[in-house]
Amino acid sequence: MENLVWNPGQFIYNLKYMGVGMLGVFIIVGIIIAATYATNKITNNLAKRRREREESRD
Amino acid sequence: MDIFLKLFEGVLGFAEPDSWKMIIMWIIGGTLIYLAIKKEMEPTLLLPIGFGAILMNFPNTGIAGPLETLYNAGIAYELFPLILFIGIGAMIDFGPLLNNPKLMLFGAAAQFGIFFTLCMASMFFPEAKDYASISIIGAADGPTSIVVANALKSNYVAAITVAAYSYMALVPIIQPPVIRALTTKEERRIRMAYKQTSVSKTTKILFPIIISIVACIFVPDAASLIGFLMFGNLIRECGVLDSLSDTAQKVLANLVTIFLGITIAFNMTAAKFLNLETLLIMGLGLIAFIFDTAGGVLFAKLYNVLAKIFKWERINPMIGAAGISAFPMAGRIVHKMALEEDNQNFILMHSIGVNVSGQIASVIAGTLVLGFFL
Repeated sequence: MENLVWNPGQFIYNLKYMGVGMLGVFIIVGIIIAATYATNKITNNLAKRRREREESRD
Repeated sequence: MDIFLKLFEGVLGFAEPDSWKMIIMWIIGGTLIYLAIKKEMEPTLLLPIGFGAILMNFPNTGIAGPLETLYNAGIAYELFPLILFIGIGAMIDFGPLLNNPKLMLFGAAAQFGIFFTLCMASMFFPEAKDYASISIIGAADGPTSIVVANALKSNYVAAITVAAYSYMALVPIIQPPVIRALTTKEERRIRMAYKQTSVSKTTKILFPIIISIVACIFVPDAASLIGFLMFGNLIRECGVLDSLSDTAQKVLANLVTIFLGITIAFNMTAAKFLNLETLLIMGLGLIAFIFDTAGGVLFAKLYNVLAKIFKWERINPMIGAAGISAFPMAGRIVHKMALEEDNQNFILMHSIGVNVSGQIASVIAGTLVLGFFL
């Protein structure tokens, strides 16, 4: 019990971590989403070119 | 006389003051074992933790020695959670997520509970290392909770770990009322068609490598957790290491889980565990899970408001709740709730996609908290 306090002002003080933290999570997730879309596009284009090359060879 | 005392030192240990608290710990340990066996709630962790809690609360046994060795090697140096993450990575199929990468946004939103709980816990716990560690219960991920609480040298590692694993097992009970409270029947019946686009094997191989690189550059504190998770996934997806993938998913994961469970119990002595702080941590853990669920659902509802303006396709807001990192339970719960509302509404691929993204987002959120307070 002696390790606990009651300090409601800390909730407001720590809201900045909520803001920065959620923003940080969304930014990094956004980077991952962009990288995933780019990877999907590149690999699909490469596969499409490989298929076209094989078809023209036939 | 000395021989006599030696023979009965175990019994005589109960003459110590406060030895009655050991009995309460036996009851707690027994309850965890009961929940694990009879109710099948996370038995892989709750059973070893429960049994270890019983063993740690007998006088003069000397069991603290071996458990302390395991604790220092496996938890203090973060070895067990990281190795377990290899197994978890090998179990995860990122296909549904790679099919629709924007689902990751809902995984991100479902980490709101971590930061809300950080603010709540700071009102009660004076030390930042403790309230930051408690907030990580909201990551709904045992290894992340252990790594962050340990790195911050929190005084409550055992309580945090028990809370994280207990609430992960209680997700089927916690989530549905929150989801129903925040959504209308009409919203819960929204159908989502699954459009299978081609996700090449190359993409599945490059994904874990790219995520690891992104983590190393932008969230260096997350590099170990995400790196080991993605290493496990790479073993799975490369297609040439089937035996290693199988070993990682089964033998390795089970072996580490056995040691992790019983080692966590090292901190479950009556002196450390039986206090008001532990009860408060359990309460805050529940808040974390509730607000994780709420954050994901409300973000999904916000998406639908934007969908109406920009003429995108609406989504079923329940999938936001699947962003909690309890894999695969959260995804299955959301799918089950959708079927209860409309037995032709199959949203499993979407909910699982969000669920696996929550695994990544929870590690990012956890290590951001670590970065703020380390």
